[in-house]
Amino acid sequence: MTEQFVDQRELTGADANRSVWASLRSRPLFWICAVALGLLAVIAIMPGTLAGLLSTSDPRACELSLSVKPPSAAHPFGTDIQGCDILANVFYGARTSLLIGFVATALCAIVALVLGTSAGYYGGLADRIISRLTDVFLGFPFLLGAIVVLNSVATRSALIVALVLALFTWPTLARLVRSSVRSVRESEFVHAASAVGMTDGRILREHVVPNSLGPVLAIVTTMVGNVIVAESTLTFLGVGLRTPSISWGLQLATAQSYFQTAPHLLLYPGLFLTLTVLSLITLGDILRDALDPKGRK
Amino acid sequence: MIRYASRRILELAIVFVGVTFLIYLMVFSLPGDPIAALGGNRPLPDNVVAQLRDQYNLNDPIWLQYLRYIGGLFTGDLGTTFDGASVSSRMAARWPVTITLALTAWGIEIIIGIGLGLIAGLRPGGAVDRTILTATIIATSIPVFVLGVAAQLLFGLQLGWFPVAGVSDGWPTAYLLPAVVIAVFGLAAVSRLMRGSVVDTMRSDFVRTLVAKGMPNSSIVGLHVLRNSVAPVLTFLAIDLGFLLGGTVVIEGIFNLPGIGQLLFDGIRTHEGPTVVGVGTALIVIFLVISVVVDLINSALDPRIRHD
Repeated sequence: MTEQFVDQRELTGADANRSVWASLRSRPLFWICAVALGLLAVIAIMPGTLAGLLSTSDPRACELSLSVKPPSAAHPFGTDIQGCDILANVFYGARTSLLIGFVATALCAIVALVLGTSAGYYGGLADRIISRLTDVFLGFPFLLGAIVVLNSVATRSALIVALVLALFTWPTLARLVRSSVRSVRESEFVHAASAVGMTDGRILREHVVPNSLGPVLAIVTTMVGNVIVAESTLTFLGVGLRTPSISWGLQLATAQSYFQTAPHLLLYPGLFLTLTVLSLITLGDILRDALDPKGRK
Repeated sequence: MIRYASRRILELAIVFVGVTFLIYLMVFSLPGDPIAALGGNRPLPDNVVAQLRDQYNLNDPIWLQYLRYIGGLFTGDLGTTFDGASVSSRMAARWPVTITLALTAWGIEIIIGIGLGLIAGLRPGGAVDRTILTATIIATSIPVFVLGVAAQLLFGLQLGWFPVAGVSDGWPTAYLLPAVVIAVFGLAAVSRLMRGSVVDTMRSDFVRTLVAKGMPNSSIVGLHVLRNSVAPVLTFLAIDLGFLLGGTVVIEGIFNLPGIGQLLFDGIRTHEGPTVVGVGTALIVIFLVISVVVDLINSALDPRIRHD
C-alpha cells in the first residue's frame, strides 16, 4: 500500500518536473539569461585569467600616469583615477558580488526553510513565535537595519556583509515557505502518509519539503539579484565593503565624484551590475511562470 | 470586525515594542563613546563626562533606558540629542523635504503606473504590452543609486533640465528628478499589478454583458473596468507610501536633499544615538500604522480575510 502510494506520487512529481523543464526550454529568454549568468559565473571563477586575455590581469597593477583614460585597445574599459584597469576591476567585482549574492541567499534560504517549515507544519506556539519574529524584522525598512548593524561591526569583509544581508532577508522567504508548507500539509497525500504511520521527519523530508520548494525556488533566484543590489547600495553609501575589497559598489561610489569628466567610470560597473541583476530577476520571473501550473499553457 | 481589529492592534503593539527595542539595542551598543566624541580633540574632564553620562542616563541598564524612552514617547518626547537639541524639532525641520519627495514619487507611480497597466492590460500579448513589460523589468533591475547618478549626469549636468542637487529651486523643479528615480521601482510593480487586474476584469461576465448591450468601449473602460481593476493596486500603493517615506536615504544623499533620510544617515555616522532611534521609531510607526490600516480596510471590504 505504502509502496504503491509513494510510486504514484513520484510519478506525478517527475511528470511535473518534465513539463516545467519543457516550458523553460521553449523560452528563448530563459536561454539568454542562462548564458549571461553562465558567462558571469566563468568571469567570477577566473577573473584574472579572463581579464588578462583582454587587457591587464591584475586589478591592482596601476599606473598613475594613465589616470582616467577613456577606453582604448590596451584598456578596453579605460582606466580609473588611480590608473588601474577598469575591466580587471569590473571582473574581480563580479566575483565579490556573486559570492555575496550566493552566500547570503544560501544562508537566508537555510534559515527560512527551517523556521518556515516548522511554523507551517507544526503550527501552534512555534508558528506564533516565528510569525511574530518575522513581523518584527519586516517591521522596519531593510536599509535602515542593515546600515545600523554594519556600522557597529568592526570588520566589514565580504562574509560579514553577506551575513548581515542574510539576517535581514530571511523573514520574507520564511513567510513564503510557511504558507507554501501550510498548503501542502493540507493535501491528501500528506494525510495519507501520516495515516499509514510515517514519522513527521520522514513526511517532511519526502513529501512536504520537496512539494513546497517550487514557489520558493523562483523567489530565491530573484533574491540573489536583490542581495547583489543591496550590497552595492550599502557599499555605495559607505557602510558596506571597504578598500582593498574590489566591488562594483566601491567603483560606482568613486565614479560619482568624477562622472562629470569621466562617465566611463560609471558606465561599466553600472552596466555589469544592472545586467547581472536583470538576468537573475528575469530568470526568477520565468521560473515562476513555469512552476505555476495556472500559467502553463 | 472588532475582534479582528483588536487582534491586529495587539499584534502591532508587540511588533512595535520588538522593533524599537531591537533598534535601541543596536544603536546604543555601537562601539565608540558619544560623550567622549563631544570633546573633539581635547578630552573632557572626568567630572564633566560623569555629569553628562548621568544627564543622559547612560549608566543605567539598557532595558531601563529603553523603558524611559518608551515612557517619553507617550508624552510626545522623542529624546534629546547629545548636543542638547530636541530630536522632534530636528525631525520637524526635515520632514517637509522627505514628505514632498515621497508624495511626488507616489503621484508619479499612481498616474504613470496605473496608466501603463491599463494600456497594457487592454490588449494583452500585443506589441505595446510586451514593450511595457520588458521596460518595467529592465527598470526594476537598475539599482536606485545607479539610476540616480545616471539621471543626475544626463538630465542635470548634460541637458541642464533639472538642478543637479539641493532644494533651493523649490517644488517641482528640484524634486522631480529624484522623485522619478525612486518612483521607478514602485511604478513597475503598480503597472504589472494593474495589467493583471485589467486582464481579469476584461474577462469577467459583467464586462461581456456591457459589450453585449452595446455600451461604447470608452465608457466600459472608463466607468467600469478602471474602477473594478484598481482595488488590488490600492493595497500595494498604500504599503508603498511607507516604503517611499522610509527609503529615501540613498536618493537624498545623491541629490543632497536635506530630508529625514540624511538626518538618519548622519546620525548613524556621528553616533548620534537619540536621533537614530527617534527617526527609526518614526519610520516604523508610519510603516506599521499603514499596514494595519490597509489590513483593516481590506477586511472590511472582504470579510473572508478575518478568518485567515
